[in-house]
Amino acid sequence: MEGEAVLLVEGLRTEFSTGDGPPAVAVQDLSFHVNRGETLCIVGESGCGKSLTALSVLRLLPRPYGRIGAGRVLLDGRNLVDLPEPEIRAIRGRAVSMIFQEPMTSLNPVLNIGRQIAETVMVHEGLPWPACMDRALEMLRLVRIPEPERRLHEYPHQLSGGMRQRVMIAMALACRPRVLLADEPTTALDVTIQAQILDLIRDLQRETGTAVVLITHDLGVVAEMADRVLVMYAGSKVEEGTAEEIFDAPSHPYTRGLMGAMPHLGGGHGTRLNEIPGVVPALTARPSGCAFAPRCSLATDKCRSEAPGLNNIGGSHLIACWEVNGGLPT
Amino acid sequence: MSSTQSLGTATEVVKAATRRPSRIGRMIRRPLPAMGAVLLLILISVSIGAPWITAQDPFDMNVVDRLQPPNETYFFGTDAFGRDIFTRTLYGGRVSLIIGVSVAVTSTVIGLIIGIIAGYFRMADAILMRIMDGLMAIPGILLAIGLMSLTRASIWVVIIAITIPEVPRVVRLVRSVVLTVREQVYIQAAGAIGTRFPRLMLKHILPNTFAPLIVQATYIAASAVLIESYLSFLGVGTPPEIPSWGNIIAEGRLYVQIAFWNILFPSIFLALMVLSINILGDGLRDMLDPRLARRI
Amino acid sequence: MGNYVARRIFATIPVMGVVAIIVFLMLRLSPGDPAAIIAGDHATSDEIAEIREHLGLDRPLLEQFIRWLGQLVSGDFGVSIYMEQPVLGLILERVEPTLALAISTMIFAIALAVPLGVIAAWRAGSWVDQTIMALSVLAFSVPVFLIGYGLVMGFSLALELLPVQGFVSISEDPIGFLQHILLPTVALGLVYTALLARITRATMLETLNEDYIRTARAKGLAEPRVLILHALKNASVPIVTTIGTGLALLIGGVVVTESVFAVPGIGRLTIDAVLQRDYPVIQGVILVIAGVYVLVNLAIDLTYSLLDPRIRY
Repeated sequence: MEGEAVLLVEGLRTEFSTGDGPPAVAVQDLSFHVNRGETLCIVGESGCGKSLTALSVLRLLPRPYGRIGAGRVLLDGRNLVDLPEPEIRAIRGRAVSMIFQEPMTSLNPVLNIGRQIAETVMVHEGLPWPACMDRALEMLRLVRIPEPERRLHEYPHQLSGGMRQRVMIAMALACRPRVLLADEPTTALDVTIQAQILDLIRDLQRETGTAVVLITHDLGVVAEMADRVLVMYAGSKVEEGTAEEIFDAPSHPYTRGLMGAMPHLGGGHGTRLNEIPGVVPALTARPSGCAFAPRCSLATDKCRSEAPGLNNIGGSHLIACWEVNGGLPT
Repeated sequence: MSSTQSLGTATEVVKAATRRPSRIGRMIRRPLPAMGAVLLLILISVSIGAPWITAQDPFDMNVVDRLQPPNETYFFGTDAFGRDIFTRTLYGGRVSLIIGVSVAVTSTVIGLIIGIIAGYFRMADAILMRIMDGLMAIPGILLAIGLMSLTRASIWVVIIAITIPEVPRVVRLVRSVVLTVREQVYIQAAGAIGTRFPRLMLKHILPNTFAPLIVQATYIAASAVLIESYLSFLGVGTPPEIPSWGNIIAEGRLYVQIAFWNILFPSIFLALMVLSINILGDGLRDMLDPRLARRI
Repeated sequence: MGNYVARRIFATIPVMGVVAIIVFLMLRLSPGDPAAIIAGDHATSDEIAEIREHLGLDRPLLEQFIRWLGQLVSGDFGVSIYMEQPVLGLILERVEPTLALAISTMIFAIALAVPLGVIAAWRAGSWVDQTIMALSVLAFSVPVFLIGYGLVMGFSLALELLPVQGFVSISEDPIGFLQHILLPTVALGLVYTALLARITRATMLETLNEDYIRTARAKGLAEPRVLILHALKNASVPIVTTIGTGLALLIGGVVVTESVFAVPGIGRLTIDAVLQRDYPVIQGVILVIAGVYVLVNLAIDLTYSLLDPRIRY
C-alpha cells in the first residue's frame, strides 16, 4: 500500500562516548523512510547497529554513554531528536511503539498483564482505569490470546514465550501507533511460534495500517514480511530496495554474501555453506574507506581508501559500492 | 538475561568503546578506596609506633593535671586521673587492631572449615545450618554480652565473644560457594574419575572462596572493632586496665559536659579506623567481584 | 499458600529450639562453676551450694534442660537473682521504651534510606550517587556514641532544644515523647539507614538494568513511575529482607543507645544483669529478643508473596 512517509530518518549518527577518546560511532549517516502501512526490514549481522537505530528513533539509548550525534528523525514532520523529554515520552508507546527481542524478560514480573497494557492507555489517553482495562482486554483479543479475561489478571511467568510476545504486541499497539519498531521479535521463539507471530504482525498491520520497521538478521523473515529492505553493515546502509529488487538482484557483495550463506533445501548433503570470510570490525576499529572492504573479494585500493556513497542502480534500488553498479551508469 | 545482553551490539559497542583501564588504574581513578587504605596504614602505624611517638606512659596518672583541655603537653587533654588522652588513644589503637585482626582471622578460618563441611556433606549440613540459624537469631552484641558474662574479662574472652556471632555469616558464604561449585559439571566429572576430596577442595573449591572471604573478613574486622568498643563502653568488654577506645570513652562519659575531649578523640579515631577498614572492604569488593555488592 | 505459611511457621521451631539450647548451654558450659559465677567472687561455699541446688545445677544436664524448657513454655522465665522478681515481668516492664525506640528508628531509617538508595541508583556514578554512598559508609562506621554525644552536646547542651536523656511514654505526653525520642532515634538510625541505603541502591541498580525497565520507558512512562512502580517493586524483596535481618544490628545498637541516653529499656536491664551476673535475666532477655527477631523475620517472609507473585510455594 503506497502512502506518504510516516517516519523519515535523515543522516542519523549514533555514537558512544569512550571516556577520553573520540566517540565511537555506531550508526553512521543513516537515512531511510517508512511509508504508511508498509513493512521495512532492516537486515544485518549482530553488531551492525540495527537495534541501535531503532533505539535512536525513540531516544532510548543507554544513558550515560549513548547519544545521537547528528541527523534528524522526522515523524510527520516533527524532529524527534530535538524534542524535550515530556514530548518524546508522549510519542513513545503512542505514536511510535517498540517491541523487543526477549519476551521472557521484557515484561515486568510483578505486575499483571492487564495492568501493564492498561497503563499505556492510562498514561497516554488519560482514560479512567476501568476503560483502560477494557482496552487491555480488547487488545488481548486482537492478538488472539485464548481466554483473554483470565489472562488479564495473570502474571508474565504464567505465560509461554509466544504468548508473552503477543502481550508485548498488544501493549505496543494499545494506543494505535503510527509506527511499530520490532527489534528481532521472533528470534528468541520456536520456529513454529515464530511463524504465528509474524502472521499476527502482518494481519494487524493490514487491519490498523501501522507502518512496521522489522529488525532481523534472518533473511527468511525478511522474505516473509518485507515490502522494502534495508541492508546494514558496520553502522551504514549498504543496500536498499523493494523486496523484489533485493531478492531478485542482490547487488552489494555483502548482501550477496548473506544470501549465499543461507542454507538451501535441495543443496544435498555435504554442501558447504558459503561463509563471508572475516568478522565484523569492532566499533573502534572500523577501517577508513568501505567498511566491508577487508572481507570483500572485489575490493580495490579505492574501496579501501574512500567510502562509497549510495548509488541508484534502478527503481528504488540503492547500493553503496564502488565496484558493483549493475552495469548502469551512475 | 539483562538489557545489556539482549542489546548485544550496544554492550559490545560500549565495551569496545570504553577502554577499560587496568585494575590498579581503576583504583587510582576512584580515590576513595585508595584513601581508605592510606588512612588505615596511617592509623596502624601510629598505633604500633605509639611508644616512639609519645614519650608518655598511658597508665601514668598525674592527678594534679586532671581534666585538662588539649594543650602543648597533653595534645588531647587529660582524663579524670590525669592520664594523657593522646597517649591512651594511640595505645588504644593497638587493642582495636589486635581485636579486629584476631576476630577476622579466627571467624574466617572457623567459618571456612564449617562451611566446607556443611557444603560438602549433606548430613552434616542440616544440623550445622540449623545451629547457624539459631546463632544468627541472637543479635550479635547480645550474644557477645551474654558470653562475656560467663567468665572474667580478658582480651581473649572478648575476642572469642565477638568471633562467635560472626561465624555463621562466613559459614553461609562459604557453604553457598561450595554448593555452587559442586554443581559444576567438571567437579562431578572429577569426582566420577575418582579424584579425592582434599584434591577437589584445594584445586577447585577453595580458590572460589578466596575473593568473597577476603572481602567478608575485612568487614568483620571493622565490625569487630566497633563491637569491642560498644562492649567496653557498656562495661562488659576489655578489662578496664587496658586502654581500649571503648574503655576510655566509658570512663570519660561521666565528664562529657565539662571535658568532652575525653570522648571526642578516641571516638574520632575509632570512627576513622572503622571507616577506613570499611572503605577498604568496599574497594576490595569492587576490585575482586562487583557482584558481591548485593550479597554483602 | 496456606501450606507455605504453615511450613514457614514450622521452620521457626527448630531455630528457636537451637536458640534455647544455646542459651541453656551458655551458662552450663562456661569455664568454672556456674553456681560460683552466679554467686559472685565473695560468696561462701554454702551460698554457692545453695544456689546450685536452687537452680538445679546439680542434676543431669538433660533433666535440667527439660525442666527448664517446661518452665519456659508455661511462661516461667525464671526469677531474677538480684531483683527477686520474675524475669518475664521485668522484661515486660521495660519493653515499652525499647520497642518505641526500635520502631521509631525503623520508620526513620526506611523513610530516609529507600528514597536515597533509589536516587543513588537512578543517578549512578554521578556526584549525587557518590555523595550518598560516601555518607553511607560514614554513617555505617561512626560509633553510636559519637553521634549520640555529638547530638546531645549540640542540640541539648548548646542549643537547649531537646532533653539530654530519658524517656517519656507516648500515652502520657506525646510531645514529650517525641522530644525525648528524637535524638536517640537519629543516633541509632543512621547505621540502619546506611545499611538499607546501600542495599536499596545495589538492588535498584540491578533492577534498572533489566529489560522490562527498558520496555516501561519505551511505553512512554514518566521516570518516577518507572522507578517506583516498576523498578522498586521488583527490588522490594531483597530490601525488605534486609530490613528484617538488619534488625539484629538495630537491637545491638539499641543497647548502646539506651546507655548513652539513659533510656530505661531492656538494654539497660541487660547491662545491669550482666554486671551483676544475673543469669536468669540474661537468659530471659536473649530468649525474648531472639524470639522477637525470628517472628519479625517470619512475618517479613510471609509478605514476600504479596510483593512478588512468582513466590507462591
